Amino acid sequence: MHLIAPLERSEKLAIAGQSKNFPYKNSNTLTAKTGVSHLSLFLIAALPFLGAVFPALLIRAGRNAAASAAGLTTFLALAGLLIHIPSVMRGDVVTARFDWIPLLGLNANFMLDGLGFLFALLILGIGLLIILYARFYLSREDPMGQFYTYLLLFQGAMVGIVLSDNILLLLIFWELTSLSSFLLIGYWKHLPEGRQGARMALAVTGSGGLAMIAGMLILGNIVGSYDLSVILQNKELIQASPYYLPALILILLGCFTKSAQFPFHFWLPHAMAAPTPVSAYLHSATMVKAGLFLMARMWPVLAGTDAWFYIVATTGLVTMLMGAVIALFKDDLKALLAFSTVSHLGLITMLLGFGTKFAAVAAVFHIINHATFKAALFMTAGIVDHETGTRDVKRLGGLRHLMPITFTIGTIAALSMAGLPPLNGFLSKEMMLEETVHTTWLHSHYLVPGLALLAALFSAAYSFRFVSHVFLGPKRDDYPAHPHDPPVGLWLAPAFLIVLVVLIGLYSAAIVGPLVAVVSSAVIGGEKLPYYSLKLWHGFTPALYMSVVATLGGLFLLSQHRRAESLWNALPRPEAKVIFEAVIAAMTALSRRITDSLHNGVISRYAMILIVFTVGLGYYAYATGTIGPVTREPLKLEIIPVVGWICLVAATLAIMWFHRNRLLSLVLIGVVGLIVSMAFNYLSAPDLALTQISVEVVTMILLLLSLNFLPTDTPWDSSAARRWRDAAISVGAGIGTGALVYALMLRDFAFPAISEFHLANSYKGGGGTNVVNVILVDFRGFDTFGEIIVLGIAALIIFALTESVLATNVRAYLLNRKPHWPQSGDSHPLMMVVVTRMMMPIALMVGAYIFFRGHNQPGGGFIAGLIVAIAFLMQYMASGYTWAIERQRFYYHGTIGWGVLIAAATGIGAWFNERPFLTSDFGYIHWPPLEEFEWATAILFDTGVFLAVLGAVMLALDSLSRFAWQPGMAQEFPMDINPLRDDPPEEEQEKEQV
Amino acid sequence: MEALVASAVGVMTTAGIFLILRRRTFPVILGLSLITYAVNVFLFATGRLALNAPAVLNKYEDVPYTDPLPQALVLTAIVISFGMTAVIVMISLSAYLSARNDHIDMNAQDNTDAAGDDA
Repeated sequence: MHLIAPLERSEKLAIAGQSKNFPYKNSNTLTAKTGVSHLSLFLIAALPFLGAVFPALLIRAGRNAAASAAGLTTFLALAGLLIHIPSVMRGDVVTARFDWIPLLGLNANFMLDGLGFLFALLILGIGLLIILYARFYLSREDPMGQFYTYLLLFQGAMVGIVLSDNILLLLIFWELTSLSSFLLIGYWKHLPEGRQGARMALAVTGSGGLAMIAGMLILGNIVGSYDLSVILQNKELIQASPYYLPALILILLGCFTKSAQFPFHFWLPHAMAAPTPVSAYLHSATMVKAGLFLMARMWPVLAGTDAWFYIVATTGLVTMLMGAVIALFKDDLKALLAFSTVSHLGLITMLLGFGTKFAAVAAVFHIINHATFKAALFMTAGIVDHETGTRDVKRLGGLRHLMPITFTIGTIAALSMAGLPPLNGFLSKEMMLEETVHTTWLHSHYLVPGLALLAALFSAAYSFRFVSHVFLGPKRDDYPAHPHDPPVGLWLAPAFLIVLVVLIGLYSAAIVGPLVAVVSSAVIGGEKLPYYSLKLWHGFTPALYMSVVATLGGLFLLSQHRRAESLWNALPRPEAKVIFEAVIAAMTALSRRITDSLHNGVISRYAMILIVFTVGLGYYAYATGTIGPVTREPLKLEIIPVVGWICLVAATLAIMWFHRNRLLSLVLIGVVGLIVSMAFNYLSAPDLALTQISVEVVTMILLLLSLNFLPTDTPWDSSAARRWRDAAISVGAGIGTGALVYALMLRDFAFPAISEFHLANSYKGGGGTNVVNVILVDFRGFDTFGEIIVLGIAALIIFALTESVLATNVRAYLLNRKPHWPQSGDSHPLMMVVVTRMMMPIALMVGAYIFFRGHNQPGGGFIAGLIVAIAFLMQYMASGYTWAIERQRFYYHGTIGWGVLIAAATGIGAWFNERPFLTSDFGYIHWPPLEEFEWATAILFDTGVFLAVLGAVMLALDSLSRFAWQPGMAQEFPMDINPLRDDPPEEEQEKEQV
Repeated sequence: MEALVASAVGVMTTAGIFLILRRRTFPVILGLSLITYAVNVFLFATGRLALNAPAVLNKYEDVPYTDPLPQALVLTAIVISFGMTAVIVMISLSAYLSARNDHIDMNAQDNTDAAGDDA
């Protein structure tokens, strides 16, 4: 499968190629249609992320400051959303486009239609209430700044999901909700349940998210665009595709895990270890609805098939029934609410699964209603927990007199959940029951309505239980704390929701009628809405009878609760957490077994597998591909190259043969390097020759120094058979590589090369005649910039490694070590000291010369840096490490740093001339006594390269030298033997001491 | 000429791969150096070979130029490979000094003599 490029590739490349001439052209264009109002979509999505910084910072100014910052952010985003009410209610779709990575089809496109508006309203509106509630709920010990930061991150991710008009963007936000909810669920880090619940939620929703990525990519591939607005127009294309079913299943896996549908429902109750504001927000109103949102969003193109009906409606029905039954027998208030949430999510899923327009309207309506009463219920549970110190239903009861406000709020919300008139839960439940009556499942007319009725009955029962076992009954005297109504801050938010519950129930058509209409029409893809009426009394319909049965049955079930409970406890039930942990443990064990068998620590085997595989791939390409005719004349053979070739091959084969003698093989590899650099020079690459030969010098010094500490010989430790096997593998690889490059060299380029461009523009555009250098500092300056950074990092790694190794007992070993070879009697020979010191200025001058000619003649910053480094190294070698560092004025770290900074500053300088990063400029200066000379900003950049290379080489070798340091190496005098010095011979000194 | 370059690349690759399949750090470092030469020459050769045609522009007459782009790439590759060699030398040196053992294989069972030898 390949990714789609919505823009024509060639066109894009042409723009990229011209960017040198048109530096002002930025491919990221903001194409919002009419300015501010469209931009606000970006703002709505971005505000929570931006605002997330403030609570974490403002917590130092107090908890009120942190809460206010979070609240203000949310309020601003909410206000930004609300200004779109007129256009959304007209049925318009507000869009804002921003091409982010157009070649991947990844655009930061946002759109706001009815569906997105409803969810954004829930997320931001309930978010605001939760922020208020959490301010009073969290205790003084809880890090509140962190809480609000996580909450806003989550909020931003949720808003991003519901406003995205690009499915790739949506996926990014989707994963962000998994991550941020992980932080929120595990907020009480000290509780093991919190950590386990967070891990479980992340594992389940995260793996569902991965499945969904695959599904979305398939979907995008079917349609040829990742833009939702395009996908939603292509129902026939998608449903006719053979990939429809895999895409559907993968996307539904993501939705079901997120929305806690059977069999993935088990994470939701465990996530209740989170603080109650989190449960109220994530697990009733927002995150678990993300799956529903996506099903609703995709409804126009995915729904309507048998596969959709049987997968979605069945899953929803099973989940609804199972959640309702389990909820009745949960004693933990939050667990009861969690399973009731699972049940209601199943209800909405089932409605979406029916695939009819009326069911879609009912689903939308129930999403609104459920969000209001369930968030209020969670907050009530939190208040009860807060005030009584327990959430165990068995220890509660009789709170009606002690907490009248909480009782009122909780009771109204619970009765709405039970589906009693005149509350809003009644309305949408009626619509649901009505719809089930018209649904057949595998030719059965009674299955769906029957099971739905049963679920409604249990739903009524657990709702009544919530009221009666917590609030009703006699007052008790064994509450863990002294319950009383909480401060207004805690009950204000649920009270507000309760007002909504009642008002929507009484005046539904007036209050939410238009909203339901506009959202439903967005869900069903802009087609004509079916007939429905949002009112309490529809006459004597089947749904009404079913409601009556459910309510009465619920009351009866509650009265028999004790008996039912003992029956329930006697039944064997699978414990989800145990199963989940067993599965995780099995998977860990399996992957460990695979990893251990593949990665057994034998690195030479990894290398062998890699090489054999690569050679095999090459052979496969050779055997199956075609090779074009020879189009180039080979160059004439001369005698000198043949001599060089003989030396190189002989040296290389000798290394293979004598590699156990390490010093000898090092000498031989020096021969190879020398001939390679001569070959570069012979084959018209003077810059390469200069670089290779100077790198050769520093590499040899490095290897010699290291050999000082390593064993001098390599022992035999592989069998003859293994050596022959390795020889066969390497000969195969060598023949393959040689043949490949031979074939390459005798053929012309298959496509026109871009080198002509560089040759043509080097002088005109870059101001230099040495094209290689101009490419390095100008055309590909950004690459070079990256490379000097890499080099600097390598040197710093070496330094850090040295520091850490020398801090261990290795230092003692080094100090007591006996050298391999007898040390020279005259470690700093007079001749060498004198010569190197005299050569120092000359060597530096050569370095400067090579540096300045670089732009026009072979040379430049890289080579000059190496040459100057060698000049310094000569001093180290001749006069000793201690002598050299005593005279060192700058730390090499600083040299690297300045190099990178100068290069960066040169690049940034281009910005001030409104050019892209690293655009170079040049001109010619004529000072009368001198010849006219050129001044290019590239030389500043090259200075950076020079310094970085110099610093990196020196830091690497300097670090290595520190291994050899011994006490007493520092000399009193600059030379071992100084003719001017009047010190007595050693024998005399000894005599004096005696 | 092409045959010489190609066979040299082949020989250097052979020796380099043989050495990186050894089980001590130093031969592996040498092997990587040899492979570095081979790869650099390979990359350089993708610009095709040319004699007496360096990519230094001549203002006065029209002369052929070799392909400058692979040269620029190889130039930085040479310098970076020095950095890489230095890092692996330091890693293997530190490992040897800490463990007194220069085996590259972590699993001692596969080695014929697992005991470290400070020869």
